[in-house]
Amino acid sequence: MAKSKVQPVEELRYEEAYEELDSIVAQLESGDLPLEESLALFERGQLLAARCSELLEQAEIKLRQLAPDDSGGLVESDLEGDL
Amino acid sequence: MLRSVSQLSFFGAEREIWPVARLTRYLRELLESDYRLQELWVAGEVSNLSRPASGHLYFTLKDSEASLRCVMWRSEVGRQVVLPRDGDAVEVHGHISVYDSGGVYQLYADRIRLAGAGDLFQAFQALKERLEAEGLFDPERKRPLPAWPRRIGIVTSPTGAALRDALHVLQRRFPLVEVVLAPTPVQGEGAPPGIIAALEALNRALDIDLILLIRGGGSIEDLWAFNDEGVARAIAASTLPVVAGVGHETDFTIADFAADVRAPTPSAAAEIATPDRAALREGLAAQQAQLVRSVSEALTERGWDLRQMARSLRLLSPRSRVANEHQRLDELVRRAGGALQHGLQMRRAAVAGRSATLRAVGPQAVLERGFAVVTRAEDGAVVRSAAAVQAGDQIDVRVADGEFAAEVLDAEEGQDG
Repeated sequence: MAKSKVQPVEELRYEEAYEELDSIVAQLESGDLPLEESLALFERGQLLAARCSELLEQAEIKLRQLAPDDSGGLVESDLEGDL
Repeated sequence: MLRSVSQLSFFGAEREIWPVARLTRYLRELLESDYRLQELWVAGEVSNLSRPASGHLYFTLKDSEASLRCVMWRSEVGRQVVLPRDGDAVEVHGHISVYDSGGVYQLYADRIRLAGAGDLFQAFQALKERLEAEGLFDPERKRPLPAWPRRIGIVTSPTGAALRDALHVLQRRFPLVEVVLAPTPVQGEGAPPGIIAALEALNRALDIDLILLIRGGGSIEDLWAFNDEGVARAIAASTLPVVAGVGHETDFTIADFAADVRAPTPSAAAEIATPDRAALREGLAAQQAQLVRSVSEALTERGWDLRQMARSLRLLSPRSRVANEHQRLDELVRRAGGALQHGLQMRRAAVAGRSATLRAVGPQAVLERGFAVVTRAEDGAVVRSAAAVQAGDQIDVRVADGEFAAEVLDAEEGQDG
């Protein structure tokens, strides 16, 4: 993973974090990385896993409503979710 | 009894006694050979309906004068649009045969429709067959659902129980999802165009991953919008996969057939559309464990390599050779030292010998024998001749163990000098 591509984990959505975690695990499993790189990946993986857990446990579904607007298009608005 | 015996004898059949099974089989064959009984619709009211765990459906059809036992095998039950309830006036299609061990004839049903809904059912059946022939329901048309939907569109009434149920399930299973509701009436005149518009709207909206088309249970008339041809075509035309969850488990609509996935209820539709949080947690935990394992493996492996190398290194180490060299060097130094010492002694002895010789022949030895060296005090010149001094000259006289000053009293040159 190029360094320039690394995004802070707090900005990642669940599936992004999970996909990256998945690829990190795969890279580590392949086992032919320099030690320093493995450790960096491991650290990143831990952060990603924590991010996933956090998202999973704290998430609440967002409810939006689709309605036609004046110009014949569509407009989306938040809907008060009353679960 | 007597009379029946006499009747039997009257017909001359007294000798022919039938086992029950044979008679029953005979009657069955008789009934089954009548083509009118093999393909018929029977109208009546349903009673004694039961559906045991086997999944087969048993009921009695009756009217004011008679009753008919009916059975529908499980394989047929699954194909029904509606299943009857006790008291329903229905029309049942099937064939008549005999249940041997019960000793009864009964209707083996393969289709049931509500008597009042006869027209609706026929319309349903006709539309279903037409769309089916068109290939609208073909399995190849069914699209897979995304594993992790981010935005789920829901087409339903904003006030219905279906929406509430689906949202509950989504919150429980996969709360990461965003729900975009495209509200529409799901019952009555406005329902079909409303549903079609909602499907189209969601297809135009951004980033929707799939659509849930849902409605709670109701009578076949309540659900009729979901048997609308336009709705079926809008479902088929949707570029997004559609999960239909209409009514109860036993309700089948055209929308169900046209959808990519048919769910038995709105809640089930929400369930089918999303991964389960519990499964996600497990997957995450497994990934995390794998992460730790792979790194510690890498570390252990490297640690092992390292130890292995250290061992090899020790074996190849020059230290022992160095130690050897040291020893040899010490040896050399010691030997060299010995040689040097010897040489010095020799030299010292030689020097001592020569200095003894030197002493024996030197001026000191001469002085010790009683000679003296006389020098003029004035200029330090050695006095070799009496003529070199005259009376009154100061002279120094050096003897073996020192010197003293003297004055010349008289100087006279000897004959022989």
